Parts: sequence; structure tokens; C-alpha cells
Amino acid sequence: MGSQVHGAQKFDEAKRAATVFSEEAMKTVQTIISHYPPEKIKSALLPVLHVAQAEFGGWLSPETMDYVASILKIKPVEVFEVASFYTMYNLKPMGKCVLEVCQTSSCWLNGAEDIVKYIEKRLNIKVGETTKDGMFSLKVAECLGSCGTAPMLQCGASYHENLTYEKVDNLLETYRADGRLRSYTDMDYKNTL
Amino acid sequence: MGRKLLIHNDHVPNIHTLEVYRAHGGYASVEKALKTMQPDQITDEVKTSGLRGRGGAGFPTGMKWSFLAKPEGVPRYLVCNADESEPGTFKDRYLMEKIPHALIEGMITSSYALGAKTSYIYIRGEYFYVARIVEAAIAEAYAAGWLGKNILGTDFSHDCYVQVGGGAYICGEETALLESLEGKRGNPRIKPPFPAVAGLWGCPTVVNNVETIAAVVPIVNMGGEEYAKIGVGKSTGTKLISASGHINKPGVYEIELGITVEDFIYSDEYCGGIRNGKKLKAVVAGGSSVPILPTELILKTAKGEPRLMTYESLADGGFQTGTMLGSGGFIAMDEDTSIVKNLFTFARFYHHESCGQCSPCREGTGWMEKILQKFLNGTANESDVELLWDIQSKIEGKTICPLGEAAAWPVAAAIRHFKHEFLEIAKNKKFVDISHYDRLNLVRA
Repeated sequence: MGSQVHGAQKFDEAKRAATVFSEEAMKTVQTIISHYPPEKIKSALLPVLHVAQAEFGGWLSPETMDYVASILKIKPVEVFEVASFYTMYNLKPMGKCVLEVCQTSSCWLNGAEDIVKYIEKRLNIKVGETTKDGMFSLKVAECLGSCGTAPMLQCGASYHENLTYEKVDNLLETYRADGRLRSYTDMDYKNTL
Repeated sequence: MGRKLLIHNDHVPNIHTLEVYRAHGGYASVEKALKTMQPDQITDEVKTSGLRGRGGAGFPTGMKWSFLAKPEGVPRYLVCNADESEPGTFKDRYLMEKIPHALIEGMITSSYALGAKTSYIYIRGEYFYVARIVEAAIAEAYAAGWLGKNILGTDFSHDCYVQVGGGAYICGEETALLESLEGKRGNPRIKPPFPAVAGLWGCPTVVNNVETIAAVVPIVNMGGEEYAKIGVGKSTGTKLISASGHINKPGVYEIELGITVEDFIYSDEYCGGIRNGKKLKAVVAGGSSVPILPTELILKTAKGEPRLMTYESLADGGFQTGTMLGSGGFIAMDEDTSIVKNLFTFARFYHHESCGQCSPCREGTGWMEKILQKFLNGTANESDVELLWDIQSKIEGKTICPLGEAAAWPVAAAIRHFKHEFLEIAKNKKFVDISHYDRLNLVRA
């Protein structure tokens, strides 16, 4: 699915050995696993991958996937086949803030293309690229369920809706100022409903 | 004002909390069901209510429940489909975000009816923050004894969990959703067996949409017969409609099934008419998969009768002149909209979202996107319209799951009703983006 292609990422034994969840992340992972019958913990894979992506720099390296496989007692390829199917998992390093602009019908009807062009100009990158300082990546996304508040973009857990150029400016400034990695699992989500 | 049963309290401050939800009558259906009703009685009430699946297919919910196999010693599951991804649809998000306990209450009451000791709410990954809201509400429900062991002192115990997805439209298809819930790629399963017999981990499972499960609450509270009095014919009760596009008041509206489409578009109670004084050109009435209709056919059927917001009236005339209620994703387009370009966004969507299992869908969706791209860059020939028609006709009915149809129908309908737009572009070898957005003034707040 999608445009994500598994790059020729090399497996690094030393990096793999250093890949360990923090105590807090491990607690979250154990809670997720407890939601399923003990012999069915593979079911925890999708949510655990979200935790792993947030924990290990915003993408899923081969070492990270191998580590997740060991926790869920499944083969690494079972992790990779899932990570490569779903669009939310990054198989290569991304910027700290991944801006995902919805481009499907209602968003398009309301100016999504102009928002994309504007961000491209402001960040001096094209869709699919990351800024040189590693701060922003720009992606386009398919319908994010924000059609009544179009145009919109998602960054980590936050939905930014009814976008205008001014809102985009503010957003970029705010994100650049605090400079931290934005993940889907963030608790300080912002929603505008 | 139409009657509201699902989101009537959406503007009550803090209605997302258990305390406020309870103060407004919340969890009454659980009390009524667990203390005064047998499980089968609830299924009977749901059957009597005429409730139909609100995710898009419109299959009678009570009948779906009655198919659930009940072998001894095998667990049964209720799975809530909160993978809302159909372009134009955002009602489930609204319901879960505003009134999460309405879904949880429906999960408990429905699980009691089905004899499910465990249920899962599968929420699309992009709605991560919505999952947080639902999880917080579940924690409140556990703390107050609405979930867990021996609910209300009865011998009914129930656990409810949230699982987030990873970003894939196909997981809205119920068997793909189950695969995803099992930690796999979202490839739809070949049916039969249906989930009612072999669903989650091979166990009997009912998969219902968020809105469907939430609707069980008023049905149990008021009785199926009362519920069935709302609506017209086989379209009973209320429906959440996600309204978007070029309308004055986009948003989620709860309607009584049976109001006219014209009323929905133009009355101030709902969409409030078309923006900037423009004329309506076309409507996609039930999410991106359903056939687009031009103004004259969406407001009136081919027989000249007013079109109603019901399953039957919207489908009147078949695909020649009608459409479907679908998920209730209502996208209105004004006179300046390019039907070809809008269709391109749909085609790109389905190409991106095809799981890749079946060749007609995997290849066909890509071909359709590429041909539509030719129209946009001015290299299409008139014969490309026929080619596009030919390809869509070879996808429909030839795939494991309905994504094939979902991709083919919008293409067929756009050609059926707006062929002249395709031909004009092909003839002039130039696509003029009449629907350019600068007129919407994105600079203005």
C-alpha cells in the first residue's frame, strides 16, 4: 500500500542491542498486551508499533522491528509485513514534525492543493521531502475524516482544521520553537471540534 | 426541529464525562437490559426497530445479530468498527469525541444481548486522540462498575478495549478489520465463512459501526416499536449525516430519516444552502463510493418525486438515475466544481487504498487514476472516456471485497452524468481548473 518503500536499511547488531523500551513505554506495551488472550498477543502489534515509532525517533528501523518481534514472540517478517502495509508507520527517518495534508475530495474542494503549495514554499521542500534541519517532513494524506472542517492537516496526534495561510504560519512557528518530535501517541493532542 | 436520539446532548458542557452523561440519563439502557430483559429480548427489540447498519451497507442489524453462532464453550465477540475512512464521512469521530459514553453504553448493552464477554473498539489510527478520549471514558466506566465483573450485581461481566489501527481504508471492511485486529495486514477474507460464524480468532463475532451500536441505546430505552415510528418505510430512526463541500454550514447533523434532500441542503437547520450564493452542481450523498448525482437528480427522482433522505428514495432509479445513502457522507459541490478533478481525487484515493489482493482492483484502480491524470494534464483523447468506462466495468463484482465496487461506481456515475465534461477536456486538450480555490480566500481567518 501507499508510497512507502522499504529502503535498503542495513541491520546493525549493536543498534539492535541498544534498542530497549524505557520503563514507561514498556508499561504501556504490557497494558496493550493485556487486552488480548495470552496466546493471541500478536494482536497487540499495531498499537505496539505506534509506541515503538514514538519511542525510537519517529520511524521503524529494522532493529526496532526486530525488537518488537521479540517482545510479541513473532517473526521479524511478521512485523515488517504489517509495518509496510499501513501508512502511519515510517520505514525511513522523518522530520521531527511530519505534516500530513489531506488531499481527498472535500479537502480538495476547499483548497488543500493551495495549502500544500504554500507549505512547500514556506519550507522550501516538495511533498515527500524533509527540511535540511530535520525539523519538518511534508506528506499528503488520504481522507482523514475532517471533511466538515476542511482544509486540514495532521501532525502527530493533533488535527489542525479550517486551515488558512495564517494558521499554517503560526503552526510552523510554534513547532519550530519547541523543536520536539511529534508522535501519534502524544497526550497533548489538539483538536478543534 | 427533527427528533434527535444520538447527539441531542452534544452541546452540554462536559458531556464526555461519566458524571454529566449520567446526569442526562446515560447508562439507563444498561440498567434496563441487565435487570429486566433477557438477551434475546434485546435482539428482538433491535429487529422490531428496523435499525440498519449505519456504516454504509444498511444491512438489518437485528438480523445480523441473529446470525451469530453460539456454540458451547466458544467465546463470542462484539467488535465496533470505528475505522471511519470513507471520504466525506466524519460522524463517528464526532460521536466518539463528543459523547464517548454513548458508544460504551451501546457496547455494554449490545454485548449483553450477544453474550459477548469481551468487546473491542477498532479506531482508525489517525483518530489517535479520539481513541484517547474513548479510553478515558472506558476507564471511568470501569471505575464506576459499568464495565468489569458482575455489572450492577448481575452475573454479566464484560471487558471493553480500544485498538488503534495503522492507517488503511480497507480496514473498514469487516473481515479486513478483523485481520488488522489480529495484528496482520488488512487483507479482506474470502466469505463464507462470515464473521458471525468465524470472526475474531476464528470465534463468532459481530462487527457493527459506531453509530449502529450507539443507536441500540435509544432502542432499548424507548422500545423498538417507538423507534420504528420515526422515519419512512424500511428507513427507520435517525441517521447522522456528515455534511461537507461547498455548503454554508458543514458539520454533523442528526436527521430523522425521511426529510427531503432539498430541505437538508437548503434549510437553516441543516446545511444552510450553497456558499457564496453559488448554484449547486452535484452531490455525493453517501460517501465517496456512491454514485454522484447532478442537482436535478439529487433533488428529484427521475419520476419527478422529491428525493428523500432514506435508503429507498436515494436508491430510487437504480444506478441509472439514483444513488445510495451509504455512510451518510454528504458532499455538495457548487457550479464551479470540476467533476473530473474531484473524480481524480477519488480515483487516487482508491488506488492508494487498494490492499492489492485482487488484480482487477490492484491494477484497475491505478489505471483509472492514470487515465484521469491524462485529463488533468491535457493529454487525454476522447477514446479515453470509453477506456475509463471499460476498466471500471471490469472491476465491479470481480473482487473479494467491495472496495472494487467502491472504486468503480464513482467513475461510472461521473461518466454517466457528466460525460460532456470529459469530452470537452479531451477535445480542447486543456484542463481548465474552474474550481480554483483562491476564490475561497484562504488568507481570511
